[in-house]
Amino acid sequence: MNLKWLLNMAWRDSRKNRSRLFLFMSSIILGIAALVAINSFGDNLKRQVNDEAKALLGADMQIESKQQFPDSLIQFLDSLNLKTTEEISFASMVIFNSNGGTRLVNVRAVESGFPFYGSVNTKPAGAATSFTHSRKALVDKTLLTQFESQPGDSIKVGSLVFAIAGSILKVPGQSGITSSIAPPVFIPLDLVESTGLLQKGSRIEYTLYIKYPENFKAVTYEQVIKPWLDKTDFRYEDVSARKDQVGNAYADLTGFLNLTAFVALLLGCIGVASSVHIYMKEKIQTVAILRCMGATGMQGVGIFLMQIFFMGSIGSVIGALLGTFIQYYLPILFADFLPFELSMQLSWSSIWMGIFMGIITSVLFALFPLLGIRKVSPLKALRSSYESPEKDRLPYLIYLLILIFITAFTYMQLESLQKAVVFTGVLLLSFGVLAAFAQLITWLTRRFLPVKSSFTWRQGLSNLYRPNNQTLILVITIGLGTSLIMTMLLSQQLLLDKLKFSSASGDRPNMVVFDIQDSQIDSIRKFTINEQMPVISSVPIVTMKITNINGKTIDELKDDSTSVVKDWVLDREYRVTYRDTLIDSEEIVEGKWIGKSSFNADTIFVSMDKNLATDMNVHIGDPVTFNVQGAMIKTYVGSIRKIDFQRVQTNFLVLFPTGILENAPKFHVILTRFKDSPQSAKFQQLLVSKFPNVSIIDLNLILETVDSVISKVSFIIRFMAFFSIITGIIVLIGSVMISKYQRIQESVLLRTMGADKKQILSINMLEYFLLGSLASLTGILIAVFVSIGLAEFSFNTVLVPAWEPILAGYLIITGLTVLIGLLNSREVVNKPPLEILRKEV
Amino acid sequence: MPDIILEVKDLTKTYPSGGKLLTVLDHVSFAIEKGTGCAIVGPSGSGKTTLLGLCAGLDKASEGTVLLNQIALESLNEDERAHVRSQNVGFIFQSFNLMPTLTALENVMIPLELRKEKNIRQRSLALLEKVGLIDRYNHYPAQLSGGEQQRVSIARAFSNEPKILFADEPTGNLDEETGAIIQKLIFDLNKASGTTLVLVTHDPELARKTDRIIRMRGGKIVSDELTSELITVKK
Repeated sequence: MNLKWLLNMAWRDSRKNRSRLFLFMSSIILGIAALVAINSFGDNLKRQVNDEAKALLGADMQIESKQQFPDSLIQFLDSLNLKTTEEISFASMVIFNSNGGTRLVNVRAVESGFPFYGSVNTKPAGAATSFTHSRKALVDKTLLTQFESQPGDSIKVGSLVFAIAGSILKVPGQSGITSSIAPPVFIPLDLVESTGLLQKGSRIEYTLYIKYPENFKAVTYEQVIKPWLDKTDFRYEDVSARKDQVGNAYADLTGFLNLTAFVALLLGCIGVASSVHIYMKEKIQTVAILRCMGATGMQGVGIFLMQIFFMGSIGSVIGALLGTFIQYYLPILFADFLPFELSMQLSWSSIWMGIFMGIITSVLFALFPLLGIRKVSPLKALRSSYESPEKDRLPYLIYLLILIFITAFTYMQLESLQKAVVFTGVLLLSFGVLAAFAQLITWLTRRFLPVKSSFTWRQGLSNLYRPNNQTLILVITIGLGTSLIMTMLLSQQLLLDKLKFSSASGDRPNMVVFDIQDSQIDSIRKFTINEQMPVISSVPIVTMKITNINGKTIDELKDDSTSVVKDWVLDREYRVTYRDTLIDSEEIVEGKWIGKSSFNADTIFVSMDKNLATDMNVHIGDPVTFNVQGAMIKTYVGSIRKIDFQRVQTNFLVLFPTGILENAPKFHVILTRFKDSPQSAKFQQLLVSKFPNVSIIDLNLILETVDSVISKVSFIIRFMAFFSIITGIIVLIGSVMISKYQRIQESVLLRTMGADKKQILSINMLEYFLLGSLASLTGILIAVFVSIGLAEFSFNTVLVPAWEPILAGYLIITGLTVLIGLLNSREVVNKPPLEILRKEV
Repeated sequence: MPDIILEVKDLTKTYPSGGKLLTVLDHVSFAIEKGTGCAIVGPSGSGKTTLLGLCAGLDKASEGTVLLNQIALESLNEDERAHVRSQNVGFIFQSFNLMPTLTALENVMIPLELRKEKNIRQRSLALLEKVGLIDRYNHYPAQLSGGEQQRVSIARAFSNEPKILFADEPTGNLDEETGAIIQKLIFDLNKASGTTLVLVTHDPELARKTDRIIRMRGGKIVSDELTSELITVKK
């Protein structure tokens, strides 16, 4: 094949088609931009996680425990010449003395020197290094804003009052989202005891940060520290483990985002395929003439492949440039989810990958229609109606190549062949459903076209099924884009509705008071009732661990490679209650609930949650031994319960009968309900000043926090969906503009025969109104079905779709389609027919 | 033995139509000598254009053979036939069939480019000069009148110095006056280059200007006469 001639021909032929060719390619620009931006973001994240791994952990390694660290550990670490600093953290209420406001926070008591790497950023700067020397605290900046306090004011933590030394801007390794769920308050470690909050039964987390000496050898960690710690119950991690954990989490995130970008690119590619298909129909005569003059079929393909290749390259380069700009916005978009301030650099690998993807996808999708012209008979130059009887099987190969390409790309992102195949399958199914719907629409219109309707209606309706109609492509592209964004909007509404329902309806509790000591429970019950708030339930909680299941110790089970018992059931600390009756969120599915027992009884029957029993591999009658803070209690599985965890109740995986745990160290939880915010604020303020160790969760506050988290997540999803939607709109513009070339002769003919401006515009408006309506409604319909499925199977609730976003989505998409269509027709109605024909055809 | 450029033997073409086979050409045979002109005439649907297409290797016959410059076309695949066309054949169409996105000059250049010839631009400009369009060489087909488009088409047809020129109703889309100019142009260039001319036409005037007239009806040749001697040959 003469490459120079092909290039020459491609160039010459493109002169009159460049704007159209560029329009085809513009549909891939946003997909490429999204891919490049997300990949660049991922590269920069990876680089920064590597660079700042020590700052993420704050140390070379850290050890965590629910109990105070024993001397043996400290001596062991000292023997290795390791530097340590300790942190004690727990949830507690604090009181802002300036206005009496109370809030549940994450109290972090640290020593000077924390963290070894990185720093706690504060305002004023440097407050983090000095606050440990006196009775001062650092308070999360959003808390200070919320309670209108500032450095210099004071805060009460337990029974101690601390001066606020500064506001916390950023804590190493902690993202904005974590801070908004459990805002941190730092206090000096040597004062934590005096707060009176370290009481038995409280949920306290002990962390030891360790810094290696300069001459530390990695082998010491592997061969000395790890084996020593493995014999204990402590959890521990070093920098590389944290790096892997954070790296994997962000790799999953960028993988997911990449897929959404890829969906936008695929939408664009469908636009390319559709546009090239119409373009090629116009070029059939040209190919036939060339073939008459001695050109081969592949030379014909070559000319237009060159055009697609170059336009694809230009589109990809523009997309990559745009993506490079967008990547600088992503750290702002994801700021709340990142544990550090991300500094962005150019990622050439992402840019090249984006350009490569753009060219490959545009050429691959354009090959479909392009290959068709291989078989154009030169006889078509003599008789335009001539159709070659030859069947072409090569397009099936292209189908296969596209499927392999999609699966391979998805596999690269998800690193799971199964997930990649499922993703490709779901995508194929969505396309299939949309395509089937489009076909149904064209069939129904053709079948039931109202022949007695007005001329305008008949013309507008018949445009839906006439040759070269846009129904299929518009329903697929706009439909898929609409369904993505509508599913996201409806799911968000679903989550919020569910939370509101849980906290606001009827007599359900909307406040949880916990960490109540045995000695305080009666007083707090009375106090609650005196404050005109009901004690909906009062539950004792005993913490314990499992030591033995079916005669095997935890260590034996861990070492047994054939054991099917899941690790999570072996290591966790169980919070258990005891009562003689079941509550309405529980249902016995196996065995019998025996509510009363005693130490003297032969056997103690406990009730297990169904999922726990499955993961523990226990059945009715199996023995399980618990270590209740030193006392070994052998029990048997008496019953198995199904628990509805969706209800605002205190639900427990393990339930003891009465008569066993009454004297064990425990704390209590009270569920109550307040009428309004002033009552809630007053109750919290009074209770915390009387009982500083008690913590309170206001479910309305949780709702607000969850709402804010969901809003942030949904903004990101919307941002990603934006690429698909805009791509859909570009494909829409492209399709409508290309349809102009299809329809212009008919419109001019109608004009010539005397159709007035109003009639032409009405026909076009009707056609685009129907197309826009059908495309957006199909997308909305899919979104509603997906959301109903999500509601039913994931959220265990019933979806009542809000009409506002549905109506808005429908009106915007349909309006846009009509607008573009009408703008497109204005030339036909405003200029003499002959002028248009000479120019356009 | 005369020098034969095109020989057609027992040529038959059938198409499936409504579940049956429709015979468009029925065992047609004739031969054309180099450098002569031959007109194929007949009513619509008589098989003229199908015959022209088969002779030029644009389609494959159902039965029979076509020898174009001693090359048996039925044994060649599509690309090989394209090569034969590139080396031997020129075309003039009723609807001009210029490529709308190419200028007049570029349209003329294509056959030469496909043959990878030298001095393509100069030779094409010279041809445009011969057809009187040198000052319109940079115009697109849409900017030319019907007669001008056909003149470009003629220049293109002669550009690769074809051994045989096929013309399908070359004046069918033109008015009488323009048609006459085009006819003169075709015959003058044909004479100057010594090319064999096979043309399909409804126009008896045009047909009489060739050396020989083949009349067709219902897919068969009903007469084959030399215009000078007017001898009718019954097949």
